[in-house]
Amino acid sequence: MPKITFLTSDGQRSTFEIAAGTTLMQGALQHGIDAIVAECGGNSMCATCHVYIDDAVARELSPMSADEDALLDGAAADREPGSRLSCQIRVTSACEGLLVRLPDRQT
Amino acid sequence: MSAKESLSAGSSGVHQVPLQEAVPLQIDPFSMDFFADPHPAHHVMREAAPVVYFPMWKTYGVARYEEVHAVLHDPQTYCSSRGVGLSDFAKEKPWRPASLILEADPPAHGRTRAVLSRVLSPAVMKPLRESFVVAADACVDQLLQRQSFDGIKDLAEAFPLSVFPDALGLKKDGREHLIPYAALVFNSFGPPNALRQRAQELSAPHQAYVQAQCQRENLAEGGIGAKIHACADTGEITPAEAPLLVRSLLSAGLDTTVYGIGAALYCLARYPAEWQRLRADLSLARNAFEEAVRFESPVQTFFRTTTKDVVLGNTAIPEGEKVLMFLASANRDPRRWDNPDQFDITRRASGHVGFGSGIHMCVGQLLARLEGEVMLHALARRVATLEITGPVTRAFNNTLRGLEALPLTIKAA
Repeated sequence: MPKITFLTSDGQRSTFEIAAGTTLMQGALQHGIDAIVAECGGNSMCATCHVYIDDAVARELSPMSADEDALLDGAAADREPGSRLSCQIRVTSACEGLLVRLPDRQT
Repeated sequence: MSAKESLSAGSSGVHQVPLQEAVPLQIDPFSMDFFADPHPAHHVMREAAPVVYFPMWKTYGVARYEEVHAVLHDPQTYCSSRGVGLSDFAKEKPWRPASLILEADPPAHGRTRAVLSRVLSPAVMKPLRESFVVAADACVDQLLQRQSFDGIKDLAEAFPLSVFPDALGLKKDGREHLIPYAALVFNSFGPPNALRQRAQELSAPHQAYVQAQCQRENLAEGGIGAKIHACADTGEITPAEAPLLVRSLLSAGLDTTVYGIGAALYCLARYPAEWQRLRADLSLARNAFEEAVRFESPVQTFFRTTTKDVVLGNTAIPEGEKVLMFLASANRDPRRWDNPDQFDITRRASGHVGFGSGIHMCVGQLLARLEGEVMLHALARRVATLEITGPVTRAFNNTLRGLEALPLTIKAA
């Protein structure tokens, strides 16, 4: 299972193994990461599972849909080039060692 | 429903998996007794089988989280275009022109859904927040002066009525039709029982109001209604479709939030320890509302119709059958939730199906959450105690669960 590191806005770092095939959002919830809210439960409708991923790495992951792109414009924290919705990122072996930065707020 | 067997080919050859029967239940899920307290019946349905059958209304039913979620996420097999109530549009003419979004399937659904998603997106919510906060404070001001009031009429109805119609750009006149119209819509998803018949008999003036209010000339510029009509200018939808999409917001955008806020109030008044937790940490307001939606499930049920013979929960369901999803039961399925009957405002409520799930998940969920959050925040900031000081009465509707009256007395913090 790929090891993925989450970094909160106040610098807390934690690393978990997340099963391939689940979404990054599901993995974060399973490990009790409070900075991921996921109000809509993974339906790509709320922008409360916003994360930052290194821009170059983000391009290698599941591509961004027009819906996700539009939702990110309304995310509570600032949008950056590496902004993604974690419910739209499917964990694969390519995620090994991924660093996921968490925003300071989701709503 | 004779016992059937399915064949499945495993790596070691063919083995037979006997299918279960859909267990017939002599429960009427649209009766007044059921509505008065659905939880014991939900338990019976969940424990009976993954798929149950109601001979009385000739419909299948699913009450466990797993099957409810599966049906919600397979719109090809469980369609909405034959109606999301008991009435099958393939056999019966809909009582009103079918909804272009709620009662539509892919690919047609995607086009209209995109329009409503955009006019109700997170980016649209941001600038609304400030005016909603002001309105919530004004509402709490008034209530603190009165101290004793009806939590439903004076708060759960009054607050959404003070923000939602203006956000849509509705005219001032005629707004009293909005709640009765929504009650009509939600009663009409049920079977032809007394609730549905009575609602239909009284429907004409409410329908006339809604029909007129959905027209472009009756919607204020800058409002959400006008934004929908503007999509007809770009050709994304036709001019004839725009009023019907506005109608969806009038049908589903007000009463549901009234019931949602009413649910949150009723929960917080019944569970004073949770109320005090909220007062101690106002950042819990949004999740408290979310948990109330899970716990009370203002929208209790929706139907789908099978488009082919299908096996669900190891049970065969033929093509053309209605399947009733008990969202409220799924939200308290112990297979999915720890201590499901406990109202816990710190619970991770993500994944509940109180707003549905999948492609038809409530398109106005962000507006509902915004209203719920700012109202609970305003209340918890300024009110020390919230007490039920009179008889609580239930509102009866074929789809919605909530209260008719919630006599409350509050004390300032």
